[in-house]
Amino acid sequence: MGAHGKLGFILLASPLVLWLSLLIIIPHIDLFILSLQEKIGVRQYQTSFANYMTFFSEPLYLRTFLRTAFMSIVATVLTLLIAFPISYYIAKIARGRLQSILFLMCLVPFWVSELVRTFGWMILLRETGIFSNFLQWSGIVSGPVEFLYNDAAMMVGLIYTSMLFMVVPLVTTLESLDDSMIEAGYDLGGNGYNVLREIIIPHAMPGIVSGSIVVFMLSLGNYLTPIMLGGKDSLWFTEMIYSQFIVRFNWELGAAFGFLLLGLSSLIVWGALKLSGQTLEKTMG
Amino acid sequence: MIPTIKQPRAFSLIYGAYVALFFVYLALPLLVVSLFAFNDSLFPSLPWNGFTLDWFFSPEQPQRGVFYEKSILESIGTSALVAVSVAALSVGVGTCNAFLFNRYEFRLKSVLYVLMLLPLVIPGIVLGISILVFSSTVANGVEDSLNYDIEALRPGLVLVILGQFSFITTIATLVIAARLKKFDTSLEEAALNLGATRLTAVRTITLPYLRPAILGAVLVAFLMSFENFNTTLMLVGSDAPLTIEMFDRLKEGSTPVLNAVSLLLMLGSSLLALTMIAFQRKS
Repeated sequence: MGAHGKLGFILLASPLVLWLSLLIIIPHIDLFILSLQEKIGVRQYQTSFANYMTFFSEPLYLRTFLRTAFMSIVATVLTLLIAFPISYYIAKIARGRLQSILFLMCLVPFWVSELVRTFGWMILLRETGIFSNFLQWSGIVSGPVEFLYNDAAMMVGLIYTSMLFMVVPLVTTLESLDDSMIEAGYDLGGNGYNVLREIIIPHAMPGIVSGSIVVFMLSLGNYLTPIMLGGKDSLWFTEMIYSQFIVRFNWELGAAFGFLLLGLSSLIVWGALKLSGQTLEKTMG
Repeated sequence: MIPTIKQPRAFSLIYGAYVALFFVYLALPLLVVSLFAFNDSLFPSLPWNGFTLDWFFSPEQPQRGVFYEKSILESIGTSALVAVSVAALSVGVGTCNAFLFNRYEFRLKSVLYVLMLLPLVIPGIVLGISILVFSSTVANGVEDSLNYDIEALRPGLVLVILGQFSFITTIATLVIAARLKKFDTSLEEAALNLGATRLTAVRTITLPYLRPAILGAVLVAFLMSFENFNTTLMLVGSDAPLTIEMFDRLKEGSTPVLNAVSLLLMLGSSLLALTMIAFQRKS
């Protein structure tokens, strides 16, 4: 790097440094500092872990937190189970035109706002909705049925919203698996199950990991789907953050909640990477 | 389980049916949303009262069409303004980032690279509140010491743009870096040998090569910004972008005017998608 290169380097590096420091690093440090402020009077604060203590001592907060984590894991696993056969079909069985059409069709819902997708599910599932009317019309039930506002409806919405982020990495990794490997597996006497377990899944592992991480993140941080499709008691942790910030104006507690959510998501992402021997650079970049 | 290996007929049939069912699942919500935009009823649900275009073109209440709904039209304008700003900013910074990571070796490069990826694994709502908190800290500090209120740092469009920019930049960087990686640097060297300056070489050789990726990044950034909900929700002020406006209406219970907006949105994004595909084919 000569003097010339140095100037170029500084010019190129400064947007990156400004972006990361002003919009990512410092705001998160500030958020953390705020979460350590305990209100002891009008505009009087002291530093303590009081907000975190509130979180652990109030069963509703803790329960919602654990529930959100658990349901996000369930959503991730279900998405993976549903998406894997589809991705395999697109990558290995469909050929030529059909292959590209199916892949493109998987991308379509992503081009549409999450709000529209959720709205679609509301029209389908609500008491006056399509499913309820269809069941009445076919004579299976006699009165309207409410499918909306429960955990199953929420799960359907979460899986729908994140499907794409599982299918794309899976298709990409499965496409790179050579057909002859699968043939070799069969030639060596393996059956479908052996081939799947010993050849296909290990090969698809990077795709499985990156897909799962993204889907988990999206579910954990989702606000719209749980609030619109979930029931009154299926609270989501993001709703608590929102209500502390916007409704109750208790920013200190909201900041602590935000940090806990961030901690949980980082922990699970880190754990998934460690367990599978992947790195963030490889799975994302 | 590949075409060259025979499977029992029943297995192929079940597999095929599963795939078909999956695509029905994907299409169903979008289909019903579009369909009910044409229902002559005050609610987006059955019964079907006949076909109408009122939800697009009728100027009067109660079935006022989307083209006469001032608040929706305004929010589309707001979203477009935000999306254009975010796309311009994030692709600009993303291009710089791509060159930086591709062309330079420096200390802490790998640390910076991981930091650059981080916004993708931070929940959108946390990104939103952290920027909200930090901007208020700065605004309050300035107000206390200088007695001047910086309007831009209070919830509003500037914060929305910054909030979306903070994670869309990562995506723009990845899209552009992926193509830059495939660039043959000897082309640039040839230009240098022929007497071009470094800047001219990049401008006339490398940037044209990157154009499809840059255009792709612009479209993706525009779309992600237009559709963003979580980060926007925490930073929005009095001017609501479309997603927030639709959310507010949806909470109150909606008329099919929302279906009409949704259908227009779908048409808009398909048009963008087709443009992108056509453009990538050409290059």
